[in-house]
Amino acid sequence: MSARVRKLVMFPVAFAFVAAAWEGYKAIGPANGGRLLGMRLLPRTNSRTMPHVWEMVSRLGRPEVRGGKQTILSVVTAATWYSFRVAFTAFVIGAVLGVAVAVLMARFRLVERGLMPYLIMSQTVPIIVLGPLIIGLMAYGSRDLVSKTWIAATLLGVFLAFFPVAVATLRGLQSTPPASMELMDSLASPWWRTLSKLRFPAAVPFIAPSLRIAGASAVVGVVVAEISLGIRAGVGRLILSYGQEATSDPPKLYTAVFGAAALGLVMALVVAVIDRQMMRRHPPEGV
Amino acid sequence: MHTKRLVKATAVLSLAALLGVACGSDAKSSSGTTPTGAGLAVDVSKCTKPTGAKVKLQLQWVTQAQFGGYYAAVDKGFYKDAGLDVQIVEGGVDIPPQKTLASGAVDFAISWVPKALAEREAGAKVTDIAQIFQRSGTLQVSFKAKNITSAKDFKGKKIGNWGFGNEYEIFAALSKDGLDPAKDVTLLAQNFDMNGLLSGDIDAAEAMTYNEYAQVLEAKNTATGALYTPADLNVVSYEKEGVGMLQDAIWADQTRLADPAYCGEAIAFVKASLKGWAFCRDNAQGCRDIVVSKGSKLGATHQLWQMNEINKLIWPSTIGVGVIDQAAWDRTAKIASETKNLDGKTVLTKAPDPESYTNDIVNEAIKQLKAENIDVNGASFAPLTVTLTEGGA
Repeated sequence: MSARVRKLVMFPVAFAFVAAAWEGYKAIGPANGGRLLGMRLLPRTNSRTMPHVWEMVSRLGRPEVRGGKQTILSVVTAATWYSFRVAFTAFVIGAVLGVAVAVLMARFRLVERGLMPYLIMSQTVPIIVLGPLIIGLMAYGSRDLVSKTWIAATLLGVFLAFFPVAVATLRGLQSTPPASMELMDSLASPWWRTLSKLRFPAAVPFIAPSLRIAGASAVVGVVVAEISLGIRAGVGRLILSYGQEATSDPPKLYTAVFGAAALGLVMALVVAVIDRQMMRRHPPEGV
Repeated sequence: MHTKRLVKATAVLSLAALLGVACGSDAKSSSGTTPTGAGLAVDVSKCTKPTGAKVKLQLQWVTQAQFGGYYAAVDKGFYKDAGLDVQIVEGGVDIPPQKTLASGAVDFAISWVPKALAEREAGAKVTDIAQIFQRSGTLQVSFKAKNITSAKDFKGKKIGNWGFGNEYEIFAALSKDGLDPAKDVTLLAQNFDMNGLLSGDIDAAEAMTYNEYAQVLEAKNTATGALYTPADLNVVSYEKEGVGMLQDAIWADQTRLADPAYCGEAIAFVKASLKGWAFCRDNAQGCRDIVVSKGSKLGATHQLWQMNEINKLIWPSTIGVGVIDQAAWDRTAKIASETKNLDGKTVLTKAPDPESYTNDIVNEAIKQLKAENIDVNGASFAPLTVTLTEGGA
């Protein structure tokens, strides 16, 4: 069995495993939750908290609201596709920005010293605080921007995505073997040529994995922004709306969670493809 | 880099606040009329009728029947007839409408009175120009077996509350009955669903008549396999307990009310909105259909229930729809500035200033509505009986 086929088979197997674990715990776990080491740790297994897997899956096929024409599946798919486009835009902008910032920092030591603390600080600010702030700032720019909340979601995705790329790229650019640098210097190679011919290619093995983190971060940023700002079309908003009905229609909430999970998976897949393309010229045995 | 932006934002904000204060006092001196009763005086004779003015309304939550009147006014062309082109902006978890209004991004906002007053105290000059809900819709819901029929019975019970400023009616009810919130009850943080009540974690859960209460009635009792019914539940209404705080109101930017164009838009907006609410009173189903067509995610029977309960918070209105009742306003202000929560905090540090509200605009709107033979009291209003279905579908 080739590695690719094995991967394809493993995917549904992993799913089945998660579903089996869910149903298994549901079968043996305490219906009203339980204590472990004196703390309420064991989740409830009653149908309101943990609906059966098949209930959640079959909910996908039924209309979103009774008498409605659209099934949940089509609503969730449309919302996930919308969120994916926003998250992917955020990812691309974030990655480009991250590399640009890293190149700047690698070129000017002063910029690195001056900017790095702010970059680190920026990542400790909770994004739910930033959402309304960005909306407020957008409102100063133009009143028409207020209803374009997806811009704020994209910005939040960028904000989270650029950081890992910037840090990893900087690390990669600084990891060029000194001997190679000296060679380039001795050939009087200008700075930018050293960058494009030597330092950047050498940094790729650092950048590629950071893109995976950036992809995941972009998804988190966008979904959280959608929940926090109530952005109409996205999957985050569905989680918010369906969460309101968690009491009376518990499987419905999980269908939106499926959407969010699918969003993460698709993003991971796309980034993996990019990763593979980037690493094609870097055989695993070393740079 | 980021800090710089923050500093800039703060500078802009404080500048806006300063300007707001300046214009605020301006508005007062230029209006020049003797105020009728308390409240901000607006000289409505100076206001000009809008013709096709673009106006934005910020809601405090996503599309649902709670905002039916505004959607009906858009759908039925009431705003258009009044010379307005209204765009409704939905809210979210972290979008305080009063803040968006104060930033100038929107022209009017729907917000609960205590929350908007707190923002006003922080410097946002927002003024209540129409009190759409004249009653509070907050309940404390419990199962019959717990025997909680009034706030007195909260003693020794686990009381759920949403926090974030939604807890003050509970605290006011407790102190009215001489109970100490810190010792006599166990206060528990509650999610915006009713699972805490159903699972027994909470004895009495906070609920809005038009939303969370319905959610309980849409859930299956796992013991019997049937839906819960009102007969299974006891309900404590804060309105009936006498500690209701005013909720949904239309807020305007006080600093702009001296501008004849803006105050004309305000009158037209309130007038057409009230007309929308009158439509929803007489056509609850039609109004529900409008809300559903505007993309609400909640089920149709749930929305009809909500529409009906919202109507009960508005109608009948003996003093006239949208008019701010002095006694209810004073009670809200008193609870907001005197009732302490567990952290010893009050919503407001002092009583709100008189410019926090005005009845001049809504009175003018009512005058115009009466001229059009619109019933602004709804004395004959009879609520529907809505049967909920599982999941609210």
